[in-house]
Amino acid sequence: MQGEYRFAHRHIISIDDLSVSDINHILQTADSLKEISTRAIKKVPTLRGKTIVNLFFEPSTRTRLSFEIAAKRMSADTYSISATTSSAVKGESLIDTARNLQAMGPDAIIIRHASSGAPNLLKNHVQASIINAGDGTHQHPSQALLDLMTVKERKGRLEGLKVAIVGDITHSRVAHSDIIGFTKMGARVHVCGPNTMLPPGLEAMGAVRHRRVASAVRDADVVMALRIQKERQRDPLIPSLREYATIFGINREVAALARPDALIMHPGPINRGVEMSPEVADGGQSVILEQVTNGVAIRMALLYLVLGGSD
Amino acid sequence: MRGTHPILLENGRVIDPARGVDQVSSLLLRDGVCRLAVDYARLPAEVERIDLSGKWVMPGLIDMHVHLREPGEEYKETIVSGAQAAAAGGFTAVACMPNTKPVLDSEAGIALVVDRAREALVRVYPVGAISKASQGEQLAEFGEMRRAGAVAVSDDGRPVVSSQMMRRALEYAGNFDLPVISHCEELSLSQHGAMNEGELSTRLGLGGIPNAAESVMVYRDLALAALTGHRLHLAHISARESVALIRWAKAQGWPVTAETAPHYFTLTEEAVGRYDTRAKMNPPLRLQADVDAVIEGLKDGTIDAIASDHAPHSELEKEVEFDRAANGIIGLETSLPLALRLVRDGAIDPARLVELMSANPARILGVPGGTLAEGGPADVTVIDPEREFVYGITDVASKGRNSPFLDWRFTGQAVLVIVGGRVVLRR
Repeated sequence: MQGEYRFAHRHIISIDDLSVSDINHILQTADSLKEISTRAIKKVPTLRGKTIVNLFFEPSTRTRLSFEIAAKRMSADTYSISATTSSAVKGESLIDTARNLQAMGPDAIIIRHASSGAPNLLKNHVQASIINAGDGTHQHPSQALLDLMTVKERKGRLEGLKVAIVGDITHSRVAHSDIIGFTKMGARVHVCGPNTMLPPGLEAMGAVRHRRVASAVRDADVVMALRIQKERQRDPLIPSLREYATIFGINREVAALARPDALIMHPGPINRGVEMSPEVADGGQSVILEQVTNGVAIRMALLYLVLGGSD
Repeated sequence: MRGTHPILLENGRVIDPARGVDQVSSLLLRDGVCRLAVDYARLPAEVERIDLSGKWVMPGLIDMHVHLREPGEEYKETIVSGAQAAAAGGFTAVACMPNTKPVLDSEAGIALVVDRAREALVRVYPVGAISKASQGEQLAEFGEMRRAGAVAVSDDGRPVVSSQMMRRALEYAGNFDLPVISHCEELSLSQHGAMNEGELSTRLGLGGIPNAAESVMVYRDLALAALTGHRLHLAHISARESVALIRWAKAQGWPVTAETAPHYFTLTEEAVGRYDTRAKMNPPLRLQADVDAVIEGLKDGTIDAIASDHAPHSELEKEVEFDRAANGIIGLETSLPLALRLVRDGAIDPARLVELMSANPARILGVPGGTLAEGGPADVTVIDPEREFVYGITDVASKGRNSPFLDWRFTGQAVLVIVGGRVVLRR
């Protein structure tokens, strides 16, 4: 990005808030920071003296660790609070938690919360930068950015690609961010799943809806399966995991309908044998672990950009 | 009423559709009642003459659906504070819903409200519960509640889940001529929702409540009203399908009336914006097509009443995550100004406004008022249709501040409210 462009966001809450230029800039920044993780001494002083709080109200291993590693590789001081140790279990409101954190002067708060919109609420009560690490069934912007990065690295472009996303779209904040992110970058997102897992309005968000997996996946450049989130389903959406695996699971036969060079993706953690068969998840087209690697780079880029770190 | 002096309302445009009146005339209020034939030669010496040129003189407005939170949640509202908000909004009477803590499901509960209401600026009519603790399992004692002063029964805030229970409630209410007010909601369709279901709920990642969650139950209750032949009143109608069903049921001659709230003819789901809990209510704000259908229903008589569903909450319930926030907004002070927008837009005329906000609520609940009749109660609302004001947070009379209409600019407001011959508001 040459010329006048300046990254102007203090918070990263929704992929919707980011322009194409913003996304390109984040991807380029992540690309240049990625190399740090391959060094013998994986640390740069960029965010030295910055205080970053991981505020996780939902269990998370991967995302939380990814943010923590990203922050530490740039020399920020990080602190993690999980719901089980925080005052949330004692009945403190989110706003009170936020005000108390603010009183200790963090530079950024990375929040994961079961309620959609919780980062928006937090933002109104603190001065720190807010980074959304997943809120309810709303958004998971860093995941979409790492997906974009992974696809762009492999394909050299995003524009014109066919991206198939299969699974529980309703309860997937990853899917919501990916649909908006890929569409914004010129790819075409095709979604499929049991109709009980496809929410209204997908078409207005730019996605094409399919009743059958085969038509969603055919000639796709990217095939992404979503985790069937048993913990999120409050009413019965499918008769059985067994039938789901048979009809909506991404197995070798289904994957073969995509382009021969198609990328196989999954935001993790995988229910092996349910939404994706092991031979597909571990196969030559799978970039699932690259997604995880790029996750650190994307989160380094986000922290660097919102905290305005100096080179 | 103590401490009242005779008042002569002069030169106002008296709008009283129940008598077929819409003309500039005078009205004498004396000893708590209306005197239509004003004998200027024999005006009482102590009479106060109020010139109301350019103003509209209407029978006192009645809000037939409010939540006053007393007993049990007095930090949100009390009968006295709610009545102040009612007077500020131009109302001379309100009917308060029984979903207090505890639920008003007994003679004692109703008697408590009647007793507290003696201190209130406006008339307060309690609505009793349909079922004990509004649990939907056992009928509440309608007869005793009626005797204590209940004017209707409702489990408002939650639906009567069992169809058989609703049928029995309609039948039994018939013994006491109590209307049954139904909160129409099919819980299995709505229970995980926080807003209207559609593209916006998907984008915001919020659980959706489809129109069908309301209309399915509207049809059930209409069918039960037809089956039992007893009066059904449907609360806070929000969905276009519900309006169509009610229109059809009325054409069949079924004994049904319906109300809507000002937010359903004013706002769409867009008001939720970025998780604004002041736009969270149940039923939820819907689409423009629903707003248009509700307005059509108000025009053509399908919907009989405008009621605010005034639901005060404190920041404890509203300054939280959207999905955890309580439903409801305050509405007593914005109901009339929002209805007057419909008049200014030409959707309804002033006489229809009086029907919707005074005559019909009085008729449905069987309470005095609704007309300025000779010898009838001196409950009068005077409106200045041209008065401009901004509804600022410091202006709010209710204890609640949970309104999506804060800082809205309005044209048209009540400037004089008289209850039983006593002035309770003058601006």
